[in-house]
Amino acid sequence: MSDTTSWRGWLLSDTPTSRRHAKLSALYQGWLSFRSNTMAMFGLGILVTLILIALAAPLLAPHDPFVQNLGNRLAPLGTEGHVLGTDSLGRDILSRLIYGSRITLYIVALVALIAPIAGLLVGTVSGYAGGWIDVVLMRITDIFLAFPRLVLALAFVAALGAGIENAVLAISLTAWPPYARIARAETLTIRSSDYIAAIRLQGAGALRIITRHIWPLCISSLIVRVTLDMAGIILAAAGLGFLGLGAQPPSPEWGAMISEGRRFILDHWWVATMPGLAIFTVSLAFNLLGDGLRDVLDPKSSEK
Amino acid sequence: MNALNRLLTGAAISVAVSLSSFAAVAETPANMLVIAHRIDDVTTVDPAESFEFAGSDISRNVYSRLVNLDPNDLEAGYKPDLAESWEVSEDGMTITFTMREGVTFHSGNPVRAEDAAFSLQRAVILNKTPAFILTQFGFTPENATETIRADGNKLMITTDKRYATSFVLNCLTATIGAIVDKETVMANEADGDMGNTWLKTNSAGSGPYKLDSWKPNESVTLTSNPDYYGGAPALERVIVRHVLESASQRLLLERGDIDIARNLNPEDIAGATDADGVKVVDELKGRLMYLALNQKHPELSKPEVRQAFKYLIDYQGMRDSFLKGQYTIHQNFLPATYLGASDENPFSYNIEKAKELLAAAGVENLEVEIGVREAQERIEIGQSFQNAAAQAGIKVNITVGTAKQILARYRARELDVYLGAWGPDYPDPQTNAGTFAYNPDNSDEANATGLLAWRNSWDTGGLTGKVAEAVTEGDRDNRVQMYLDIQAEFRETSPFVIMFQQIEQTAMRDNVTDFSTGQAVTSAAYWQVTK
Amino acid sequence: MAPLAPWIKGTLLTLGSIAVTMLGLLFITFIIGRVMPIDPVLAIVGERASQSTYDAVYLELGLDKPLLVQFFYYIWDVIRGDFGTSLLNARPVSEDIARVFPATLELATLGVIVGIVLGIPLGVVAAVRKGSWIDQIARVIALVGYSMPIFWLGLMGLLIFYGILGWVGGPGRVGIFYVDVVPSVTGMILIDSLIDGNWDVFKDAFSHIVLPASLLGYYSLAYISRMTRSFMLEQLSAEYVTTARVKGMSEWNVIWKHAFKNIRVQLITVIALSYANLLEGSVLTEIIFSWPGIGSYITTALLSADMNAVLGGTVVVGLIFILLNIFSDLLYKVFDPRAR
Repeated sequence: MSDTTSWRGWLLSDTPTSRRHAKLSALYQGWLSFRSNTMAMFGLGILVTLILIALAAPLLAPHDPFVQNLGNRLAPLGTEGHVLGTDSLGRDILSRLIYGSRITLYIVALVALIAPIAGLLVGTVSGYAGGWIDVVLMRITDIFLAFPRLVLALAFVAALGAGIENAVLAISLTAWPPYARIARAETLTIRSSDYIAAIRLQGAGALRIITRHIWPLCISSLIVRVTLDMAGIILAAAGLGFLGLGAQPPSPEWGAMISEGRRFILDHWWVATMPGLAIFTVSLAFNLLGDGLRDVLDPKSSEK
Repeated sequence: MNALNRLLTGAAISVAVSLSSFAAVAETPANMLVIAHRIDDVTTVDPAESFEFAGSDISRNVYSRLVNLDPNDLEAGYKPDLAESWEVSEDGMTITFTMREGVTFHSGNPVRAEDAAFSLQRAVILNKTPAFILTQFGFTPENATETIRADGNKLMITTDKRYATSFVLNCLTATIGAIVDKETVMANEADGDMGNTWLKTNSAGSGPYKLDSWKPNESVTLTSNPDYYGGAPALERVIVRHVLESASQRLLLERGDIDIARNLNPEDIAGATDADGVKVVDELKGRLMYLALNQKHPELSKPEVRQAFKYLIDYQGMRDSFLKGQYTIHQNFLPATYLGASDENPFSYNIEKAKELLAAAGVENLEVEIGVREAQERIEIGQSFQNAAAQAGIKVNITVGTAKQILARYRARELDVYLGAWGPDYPDPQTNAGTFAYNPDNSDEANATGLLAWRNSWDTGGLTGKVAEAVTEGDRDNRVQMYLDIQAEFRETSPFVIMFQQIEQTAMRDNVTDFSTGQAVTSAAYWQVTK
Repeated sequence: MAPLAPWIKGTLLTLGSIAVTMLGLLFITFIIGRVMPIDPVLAIVGERASQSTYDAVYLELGLDKPLLVQFFYYIWDVIRGDFGTSLLNARPVSEDIARVFPATLELATLGVIVGIVLGIPLGVVAAVRKGSWIDQIARVIALVGYSMPIFWLGLMGLLIFYGILGWVGGPGRVGIFYVDVVPSVTGMILIDSLIDGNWDVFKDAFSHIVLPASLLGYYSLAYISRMTRSFMLEQLSAEYVTTARVKGMSEWNVIWKHAFKNIRVQLITVIALSYANLLEGSVLTEIIFSWPGIGSYITTALLSADMNAVLGGTVVVGLIFILLNIFSDLLYKVFDPRAR
């Protein structure tokens, strides 16, 4: 008991003893304020559950998501052994949803890695180098911003062929420009600061300044933005899946499941409804989490 | 009232307005036939170029031919249309048609033998996709004016050798046999295109309907031709509207917004059958669903493997579930109702048998890619096959793409397995025999992309010669027997797993009578429809 | 030479940047179109074509020339106002676009009107009553809007309001027997029917558009209401508002005459952005509702390798997007003294 209180005391100390202490303390205070946000905690809860479900899919799923039973297709909700019914080929919808969570997480994780990093690269280089490099890079960014996003993604997937990896690339391709803008703006403010000038005087090269000093400072605003974008990424992936351009059959991708179930919408509504609810729940969770994170990491805009 | 309340009232009113009901439930006008159909395949309405299903529907109603099929009596085969009668010369190579007198085009111009000659020559010279239906008789752009010629009221066509007359006439019932109005077409010629650009979006026929408008992916509007020589059609206007979704088509039909829905899936057919005032009419179509195994693949070319795949299809399971009512099991390349069609279906779903065959061929850990068009029923057939193959130890990867993506790879002989559909082009057995079992040059250089046997690198094991013989056989019974023999061998040895033949289920309001989708032999006809 | 007046220089710069962006946009679309595994020739001639038919079309399309030459030809045509003909239906692309674009414009405009009419009041109220149940509801409405797959919501909407309740018209722009009844003036059926005075067509068209427009409106509402709320909060915490309140000014006047007046310019930017998003982002909605608009036009064209159509559509959508951006920038400069 006393142990925990002393830990708390150490973390909440006003006079940090080391750099690490200060960092941890800041993190802990952030966590405290995040924890008091019920909605955000709710979102976090859903996401943690989702990750657990994805990890334990083989244990949780009542059936093999790929096993067909043409004799028992389109079974309604609450059928014995198939709580959420079965789809057109008699596959268990609940099991498919459970396995589908892996695909969703996979897509989100990949896009969340690729797009911000690409944006960070372009933005910092553009902002730090200035001059014609800046002009060219920002012009390219503008071109991508002016593109109808879904059309660009569609065109890209149509060019490379349908599939999860290509869908991820396509979404990243449409998602990076805003990150580049943010990173550039941050870089411009940081670049002219005294301490960067000091480092430069010490003889640090551009590469070192960008990677060691500018990137770390851009990260927090990017993280907030990524979390807020996650829901959009999920929706975009589902949209591609819905158009048949994402994961290929028999993969239980949620958007593709809606597309499959859409034919039966009048008589067997649950086939399309259940994956829709799953997408909704997860992207709602990301939105709640994103709001909460913004409040913590970016208190300036939290009241907005 | 404070600011807030005023705001809220405003918002509430807007919500109420946007939600109030504007349902339009009405019947279609009595003189109008309204059809919901997928018409996104229409790319041109020039009969010398048009080759897709919905496009053929348009030209069947807009253009008359020399000989034609009667929608109320399709079993009778071709009957006189613009040609009143015909004679075959001694050597069997020249057919002389006598034109019907007093028939006019929509423009008012008379229909002459000259127009007929022009129409067929034009199709040969333009050499668009369906031209092969005519050029297989030896017509070329160079010789077209000699082999097809008009003389007064007579039209003479001369083929390069003797063919069964029924074969030639059957081909003339196809869309490409449509007779166009020479004067009107040539008046709209641009850059020597024989009016192709203009006819792509306009019509110049003499059929029971004329084309009012075709809006791509939206609608086709036809107006009746009161001067049609066979009598003015009962319904003055036909509107075919593009409705992609089966569910939407069904709702439109149940609400009485349309008379006919042509693309309902089995679930919606089941639902529509229960609805008031709706009936469902089944017609056997010529379209076959098949799997093709690329013979360039070292494992797929083994005879036992080809056999094994024929046992890896859950024919009954699929027919009774997601294909219910819309496909029937059929394992031969000639569709039922065709001359020489066979009803032998020896293969059934048998994993053990397939395993034995695979073991006998020494095949292990086989992994193949199957190309599937992004149509829901095909994706499901693909998945069902994938599931069965997995049980026999074959890993199948499905690649789904648009028709054009998958087709390009199929034609380039790149796919391991292709899940395809094939519809006959004209009502003669040669149409399918000449593509499934005919491949005179199997080399890559031959580039015979039009032949299914070539696309799968199959040399047909001697069937090519037999097919060539059957097409020139004049005696009907002999010809039937020849096709039965070819099919018997094809079933056992070919790399084609023919699975199903389509049944078109058309749902319509129950006051609609005599609508015909053309069964296995032709396209939809509207002029005999009443309601 | 005398230096150019600043406004001329500014205009030239803006025009130049539009041109460069458009060129880049076209180039990327062009390249994507050429590397696509769909064969445009095959798209035209179909499955059964013989090799000679195929070769003839290949030459006709100029596909034998190098990529850059093809691109150059294309740009040259576009500059002269010729978008080429659609490979698949033989019509001029510009004609197709003139037909499909008004459909999207009509839908998006109605959508953004729904978004403005409901979203701004909701945002203002949520800001004024921060933390109240109304604020909570506004928050939930927005969150749900951000989280719901639009194609799914559209399907559910069709199922409930059309399939079960029968309150609205189904997919498509008008009922079948109202097709082509009124002459096309603007291409927007609601307006055309009013010009023609045909009340039946108007009612029918309205019953068809109300669901997809509400759907798009909901998404724009979610965005507009959130932004309105945050702009208002900023204003309401400002000193002049407190002063006005102390002076005894009525709450209505404080909110509308002062605070709201100050956020107008910001709001217009938000609305322009939201409008642009609806214009380009209605692809899935158009597909669900069989709406023959530019989104579904580009998508169909893309999947059938009709590159002239894809390029033409992209130019139009891209141009609108850029113009709306410039428009809101301009407004900023005109109305916001700080930005001048």
